[in-house]
Amino acid sequence: MRLSAWLLLAPLLPGIINRVKARVAGRRGPPVLQLYCDLARLWRKGVVVSTLASPGFVAGPAVAWVAVLAAALLVPILPLGAALSFRGDVILMVYLLALARFCTAWAAMETGSAFEGMGAAREVSYAVLAEAALITAALALSVRSGTISMGSMLAPPAWTGAALLAAGLFTLLLAENCRVPFDDPTTHLELTMVHEVMVLDHSGPLFAVVLHGAGMKLLLFSVLLVEAVLPLGELSQAAAAGALVGGVLAVAAAVGMVESLLARYAFKRVPLLLTTAFLFCLFALLLAWKGGLA
Amino acid sequence: MNAMDSFALLSNGDALAWTDLPAWSVDDFVGATGAEIDRGGRLTSFFGVPEGDGVRLVAVIAFDADNTLAVGRSVPFSGSYPALTTTHEQAHLFEREVWEQHGLVPKDHPWLKPVRKDHGKGPGVCDFFRVDGLEVHEVAVGPVHAGIIEPGHFRFQCAGEDVLHLEIALGYQHRGIEEAVAGGPHRATVYQMETASGDSTVAHVTAYASVMEALAGAEAPLRAQWLRSLALELERLANHTGDLGALAGDVAFLPTASACGKIRGDFLNLTALICGNRFGRGLVRPGGCPMDVEPERLARVRERLEPALAEVEQAAGWLWDSASVRERFEGAGRLHATQAASIGLVGPAARACGLLRDVRYDHPTGWYRFAQVPVSVWPDGDVFARARVRWLEIQRSGEFLREQLDSGPEGEMRTELDAVAPDTLAVALVEGWRGEVCHVALTGADGRLRRYKITDPSFHNWTGLALAMRRQAISDFPVCNKSFNLSYCGFDL
Repeated sequence: MRLSAWLLLAPLLPGIINRVKARVAGRRGPPVLQLYCDLARLWRKGVVVSTLASPGFVAGPAVAWVAVLAAALLVPILPLGAALSFRGDVILMVYLLALARFCTAWAAMETGSAFEGMGAAREVSYAVLAEAALITAALALSVRSGTISMGSMLAPPAWTGAALLAAGLFTLLLAENCRVPFDDPTTHLELTMVHEVMVLDHSGPLFAVVLHGAGMKLLLFSVLLVEAVLPLGELSQAAAAGALVGGVLAVAAAVGMVESLLARYAFKRVPLLLTTAFLFCLFALLLAWKGGLA
Repeated sequence: MNAMDSFALLSNGDALAWTDLPAWSVDDFVGATGAEIDRGGRLTSFFGVPEGDGVRLVAVIAFDADNTLAVGRSVPFSGSYPALTTTHEQAHLFEREVWEQHGLVPKDHPWLKPVRKDHGKGPGVCDFFRVDGLEVHEVAVGPVHAGIIEPGHFRFQCAGEDVLHLEIALGYQHRGIEEAVAGGPHRATVYQMETASGDSTVAHVTAYASVMEALAGAEAPLRAQWLRSLALELERLANHTGDLGALAGDVAFLPTASACGKIRGDFLNLTALICGNRFGRGLVRPGGCPMDVEPERLARVRERLEPALAEVEQAAGWLWDSASVRERFEGAGRLHATQAASIGLVGPAARACGLLRDVRYDHPTGWYRFAQVPVSVWPDGDVFARARVRWLEIQRSGEFLREQLDSGPEGEMRTELDAVAPDTLAVALVEGWRGEVCHVALTGADGRLRRYKITDPSFHNWTGLALAMRRQAISDFPVCNKSFNLSYCGFDL
């Protein structure tokens, strides 16, 4: 049930974001379900593999997709709970996401293209700061709840740190999912890309896997953001489910608004913004840790 | 000092008997050309004219402050000559071109390699400047690009994200326009001129019409000159608007990108309303313009111009008001005025470095003798300055159209041209939206065109882009490139 929910709903969010962007720009925009059609089309196509590439070129996106799916299954969907839950699952989730990133970067370097090498270098250097922010956010939640299991960490009772966490995690969501102002998902300019350029040589079903994985990652971060911030545990089951769905949609709309109104940052500025996200999470941690004493 | 000691002077859109030109030995010619440039001139065109067994070199130099052009030539020779590039960088591409076309070797030229042609290896295949070092990597972009744009090859030498050097190799669109004109004008010639660089149709064909009129000793009727200036300003409006949108798109700023794409179409449609073609094809012919614009259509142009100008003002306003856009534009791809002057930059790119260079102001011909457009200058030389100059020019072109739409002179649209004068050289400069378009025509004893030389502004400006990219982040290349927005086919011809 949860597995199919993650698989089926993943391509929906990018469609919503694109629709928001189109509306703000005064265009009609592509259908919300466009990504589903794209995936179906890609799945029917053949794959072109460079003669230089090792099996890692194919394995990379596949392993990355499985890793993201496994990470998603660890995230509890309130009020249903997670497919898998155990003590310390949050740490496994962070590592699974890191594994996915490693595999994508690895596959990107397989063809020896200068663009993809550049993209991989950029992605990995962003990750250094982004992962610090993610771990700090997880730490804040675990200190607050006194556990390291996501089932009980998430949906904390209302507290002031939630606003800090919301800001930090939203910035992190933009960075991790390669949205403006970190990356431009609509650009065709290889020299400016981060994530898109890493998958430039992938085609057909392999590319479909990459796109679907990206959709799942976006959904994962949206769910995580909503659950880390809203006190869903205090609501009734139906209200919590409604709040979760509404929250995720609001996050998608917010991403669309950011992309409509902001230009992307120059690369040199990105570390500054990621550090800000880290600091937000750090202050949330401080608040969770020392907040009770004040 | 006798007449043979100095360059022959003429004004824009004028003709001169070939025999009246001073002819130096090639060493003296190179020295004299250098001296003229040092005197404040700017190398506008530099090419070879085959004669007998040898080739004559011809230099056209513009003295912007004096509103005059100076032309000089060498005696026919073959073999090698002392390169002008060693002392005057703006001759760099011209001397490579002369070497490629006529085999004259500029001695001590620092970077002698083909400009356009393939020499059997495919265009653009040649040795590139390389930076060695463990941390240095090479990035090759093109000739096939991700967007629907023209083909060109860019070779970056990078240290991490920073560009140390960029070399640009073009020639993929070489169609041989100049060669095709020889022995003409042929029936196809005017269409070839219209497509020399498709987005500068009006500029190129107006320059062509001007040289043909000068060779025939005639002038287009005033009403035709007036209509040409309207079309030229509409072309500028459409392209500058499109560029502002594309600049916004390159930094992922959607509001201006979406709006400007649409408004560019509005301006193109105004040109279509005047002549039936969005790019102004068929609007200008030697001797005048083939069709008149009746008052009803002019009123419709006027009516549709105002909302388009209002919309572009709004869309540009979003761009200037956005801090995140300014942050990307300011300081990116900076070119200093001294660099710009030494490489002979033209057009909005030069004006964005603070250089006062505008053919409409410096060498006015046609309707610009009666209706002036102020020169738009911005001092910084970065992407922001180039965007800003475009915006100033949009405003001033809009103002020009508002004033001139209703004040066109009455009269004929076209005069019949007499046969062109034999052994005559004519020069015409037109300020296209991208910069100075220069056409030089030389007739032979039979009254046919013997040599035709086109210099698109891109020919001067590609070097400027390469220089602007030094020490820039490679991820800023698209936005720098767009801020110049140079023509590939106008360069390749």
